[in-house]
Amino acid sequence: MPKGETKKQMGGWPRCFVLRDGNSTYKCGHTDKNSPQDHKEINKIPQKLEEDAAEQQQPKEMSGSSSSGRSSDAAKLKSSSSELDLDRPNIEDYLPSGVSIQQEPHGKLHLRDLLDISPTLTEAAGAIVDDSFTRCFKSNPPEPWNWNVYLFPLWCFGVVIRYFVLFPLRVLVLAIGWIIFLSSFIPVHFLLKGHDKLRRKLERVLVELMCSFFVASWTGVVKYHGPRPSMRPKQVFVANHTSMIDFIILEQMTAFAVIMQKHPGWVGLLQSTILESVGCIWFNRNESKDREVVAKKLRDHVLGNDSNPLLIFPEGTCVNNHYTVMFKKGAFELGCSVCPVAIKYNKIFVDAFWNSRKQSFTMHLLQLMTSWAVVCDVWYLEPQNLKPGETPIEFAERVRDIISARAGLKKVPWDGYLKHSRPSPKHRERKQQSFAESVLWHLEEK
Amino acid sequence: MGSASSVLTQYDIEEVQEHCNKIFSQQEIVSLYQRFCQLDRSAKGFISADEFLSVPEFAMNPLSQRLLKMVDGLNFKDFVAFLSAFSAKASAQQKIEFIFKVYDSDGNGKVSFNDILEVLRDLSGSFMSDEQRVNVLSQVLQEAGYTRESYLMLDDFIKVLGNPSLKMEVEVPVD
Repeated sequence: MPKGETKKQMGGWPRCFVLRDGNSTYKCGHTDKNSPQDHKEINKIPQKLEEDAAEQQQPKEMSGSSSSGRSSDAAKLKSSSSELDLDRPNIEDYLPSGVSIQQEPHGKLHLRDLLDISPTLTEAAGAIVDDSFTRCFKSNPPEPWNWNVYLFPLWCFGVVIRYFVLFPLRVLVLAIGWIIFLSSFIPVHFLLKGHDKLRRKLERVLVELMCSFFVASWTGVVKYHGPRPSMRPKQVFVANHTSMIDFIILEQMTAFAVIMQKHPGWVGLLQSTILESVGCIWFNRNESKDREVVAKKLRDHVLGNDSNPLLIFPEGTCVNNHYTVMFKKGAFELGCSVCPVAIKYNKIFVDAFWNSRKQSFTMHLLQLMTSWAVVCDVWYLEPQNLKPGETPIEFAERVRDIISARAGLKKVPWDGYLKHSRPSPKHRERKQQSFAESVLWHLEEK
Repeated sequence: MGSASSVLTQYDIEEVQEHCNKIFSQQEIVSLYQRFCQLDRSAKGFISADEFLSVPEFAMNPLSQRLLKMVDGLNFKDFVAFLSAFSAKASAQQKIEFIFKVYDSDGNGKVSFNDILEVLRDLSGSFMSDEQRVNVLSQVLQEAGYTRESYLMLDDFIKVLGNPSLKMEVEVPVD
């Protein structure tokens, strides 16, 4: 396997070279995947969607989101993003189709009704063939453009430039960045012990500067839309999550304090030294006691006047920037206004999705640094507040609607943590319950 | 090897097509192969039970445990054959045979009262008591002209499920 691995990490070149070798139907398929296909695939998940929504105690939100939450809040967005609406899933389309027996509204129970397990089997097979959860975490293969005799040399030239000119330059930029950063951060951190305010301000500026160096190291072309976040108490920023570079891109403009999973290696080292100074809070996903500690830290942080604006990625995991998974409700029950931030990457040069299962963050960064550029849009959207009578879960769903609409992402009802664990038996029990109820109901009918 | 870039030759595709009686088109087989590789995360040539369960929509299916016994350790050819019963091109007979196999867990070619009861238990979980299940089932069997002791054969299934024909179709997404 080592051979295959290096190939992959070296970027497109060896793989793409053989690409046109008699297998064109196979590869070409990837390109025109987006529009007609996606509608179909979303339509395929009727019951599961409904089940899951009900399970999350947000049935109203799932089935009626387009009517209540979305219309009022996303109405403002609509004018500018009507073309995006087209590729959003139409929630009404996947309302439940019902369990086997319910399809026969009257009459008594026949043997056929009990023996016919085809709806359940169809669902299972449908999930095996294709499922919306796995789709959220699928990286998109690069689409090389070396497909004819004229383009091929050009493409090769591009590879040489990217790997042998751009990459070393970028490493240099990054190295200079680090030298400047460390040589000023360390003195500031240790010498200005007494002047907390000044120190914090300087540190903030330095962290922003360092992030700018990072963005420069992959020639980040980032367009920021909307007002820049300012430091105010009682507000929390939430954004969709594609990669750890989301954080760098946002941090470049404003020194956010972010809630993050504790990482191993050099990232972890940065977390516990430098990022600590801007007020970042990290936790270990698998430690249940961390949860409470973080919740408390969160509340303290939000109330502080002088603390940096708080940034949360409520999906809790990186998604491939085509979908949004369920938002964790933590950020939405702090009692402060929630400022949605939508991030959309343009995949023209590189797929910014960090598939942490497949590559380390270092490899991910190298991949970005050997591409032409990372192109992305960031929208700072209008702050939202909990409406009277709204539960935090409904609120989270509403904000997710807004972000998905703005960034053109499709919503799926899954919890991103299902990557690490199995769905709770409650989902299954719900199906069983509706089956049992319909059988018993028919029995009594008699 | 397990990445999506591993390729199927025309021969491979035709071989798989033969194996599933040409129910899937070549494109569908290519799509299924990509999916197979995606599910077979450790690239070992088959999909383990654990990998199947990593698909939440599958894991929460009431019949998932039962189906797992059928799909566990299938190689790609058998994986395709397994799914062929769900194609729109599969005959009604084929679909009923598939359902029969789900019931006939010991594979002895006949389905007993207990076999059906077990499936019923999977489907209704704790929301029906054993007694209720036995009652419902014996009542329904009796009406259809069977007794608790009688075994249902494939022919009986065809008789019961054949008309009107079943809707059991899963579309393979083709790029």
